[in-house]
Amino acid sequence: MGLSVLIPVFQDTQEKEAVLPERAEEAKLKAKYPNLGQKPGGSDFLMKRLQKGQKYFDSGDYNMAKAKMKNKQLPSVGADKNLVTGDHIPTPQDLPQRKSSLVTSKLAGLDIMSGQRPLLPAECKITAATACPTRPSCSLAKP
Amino acid sequence: MAGAAGGGGGADFQWCFSQVKGAIDEDVAEADIISTVEFNYTGDLLATGDKGGRVVIFQREQENKSRPHSRGEYNVYSTFQSHEPEFDYLKSLEIEEKINKIRWLPQQNAAHFLLSTNDKTIKLWKISERDKRAEGYNLKDEDGRLRDPFRITALRVPILKPMDLMVEASPRRIFANAHTYHINSISVNSDHETYLSADDLRINLWHLEITDRSFNIVDIKPANMEELTEVITAAEFHPHHCNVFVYSSSKGTIRLCDMRSSALCDRHSKFFEEPEDPSSRSFFSEIISSISDVKFSHSGRYMMTRDYLSVKVWDLNMENRPVETYQVHEYLRSKLCSLYENDCIFDKFECCWNGSDSAIMTGSYNNFFRMFDRNTRRDITLEASRESSKPRAILKPRKVCTGGKRKKDEISVDSLDFNKKILHTAWHPTENIIAVAATNNLYIFQDKMN
Repeated sequence: MGLSVLIPVFQDTQEKEAVLPERAEEAKLKAKYPNLGQKPGGSDFLMKRLQKGQKYFDSGDYNMAKAKMKNKQLPSVGADKNLVTGDHIPTPQDLPQRKSSLVTSKLAGLDIMSGQRPLLPAECKITAATACPTRPSCSLAKP
Repeated sequence: MAGAAGGGGGADFQWCFSQVKGAIDEDVAEADIISTVEFNYTGDLLATGDKGGRVVIFQREQENKSRPHSRGEYNVYSTFQSHEPEFDYLKSLEIEEKINKIRWLPQQNAAHFLLSTNDKTIKLWKISERDKRAEGYNLKDEDGRLRDPFRITALRVPILKPMDLMVEASPRRIFANAHTYHINSISVNSDHETYLSADDLRINLWHLEITDRSFNIVDIKPANMEELTEVITAAEFHPHHCNVFVYSSSKGTIRLCDMRSSALCDRHSKFFEEPEDPSSRSFFSEIISSISDVKFSHSGRYMMTRDYLSVKVWDLNMENRPVETYQVHEYLRSKLCSLYENDCIFDKFECCWNGSDSAIMTGSYNNFFRMFDRNTRRDITLEASRESSKPRAILKPRKVCTGGKRKKDEISVDSLDFNKKILHTAWHPTENIIAVAATNNLYIFQDKMN
């Protein structure tokens, strides 16, 4: 009895999916991730976008943990350095070292196609500007 | 040759390879990925920014009779480190050095000025040439050592002598601490005195001379962040009316604001949105409608928006729908599931106009880029690849096959390389010269007539 009710609905969905490739793709996605939120463009997705770049390091936690541990090692980081779980206290060593690019951009290097000598027609130099204020980040020292 | 741009649009004549910059390495370092490309107002200078925070400026060679083929070639003029990585300890935030946007200022004297920005800080850079050096100082030697004043018996007047050209880049202003969220756009005003910077939730107005304050002109942050439904994705000043600017959103809408109407432009003057067919709505609808770029036409009459699958041209006088819609890669509609899984659906493609507003260009995947001629309605797909990189080689149009039968020279949707994305392109302001950023390489193409 239930079966005869199901069939017309199935046909209707099939028609719609044939017409809209987007809907077919949506069905695929929902099949893979059944818990996907109802509002894709909603606040969860946007909040994640706004928080790009968040790395968790609390100097208070770190120093307290260090004091407690004394000679012992702090629990070391797992495979994913960005994931903070359990007793793991992020350490300055865990945060990926962001060194500035000291190497000149390869776009400014040899022109591969014409085989010419390096194309810098003049010396490129950064002069210290007296008007340059201090960096915007917190005054605590960098690692 | 200015007339060339006024003639047929980008899809009518043939495009030729001119130059390619960058390394051929298979292994691309993250820092080398180009993140922005911009011609200056005359087209003589072409600036690129990369993920490593570096700016490289190319200059167009003057016509040279002894080297006729070098006319129009862009060679390195200056390169400098614009931004460096930072860590904000207060907010536990890593601040990338990636250059999000570069915008040139109109030239007012011998020096060139540009604004470059990362997620948090905008910098005004001065690029100047020095080709003279003073010699014959009284108080110091040629090597800079101070002379003993008691040994000086005669005075001389220092003389300016020519020296090898030196191009210097120096940061003249640093506009910092004004953005809590990530800056996505900067736009220089037509008054040449002010500019705007936009992040996900706010737009600020700056004066180029003043770094310690800026005015907030748009704030869409809700009182309760749980109620957040859309973010600002791009913003631009009108090319002629210094009181007008637009900003686009992640929901596919554009708001035009007039700064004369109020100090805080939270209420728009015009609201552009194309009505959506509710029956065709899907999980992906909002995501693919998110506008990744908005650009006014040079005339100021139209604006163009880029969403994931299309480019739309809007008449500023008509808010309820675009006047033209161009499909960039409609064949991706049946791939949205996998594009969502690999995050490609969030890629932010830019778009640009040619000098006469008769053609528009935008990038796609597999190092393809598309051009649309607004007059003839013809479109063309071209590829930025090392294979078609012989000097003055004409680019062959490419085609993606969607159906079952694949013709020779066509490429099937499943064979497209989604890691080869062309997000950033630029069109010379008056001539048919285009710059296309393909990951870590910069391609320059010209039309055959050049």
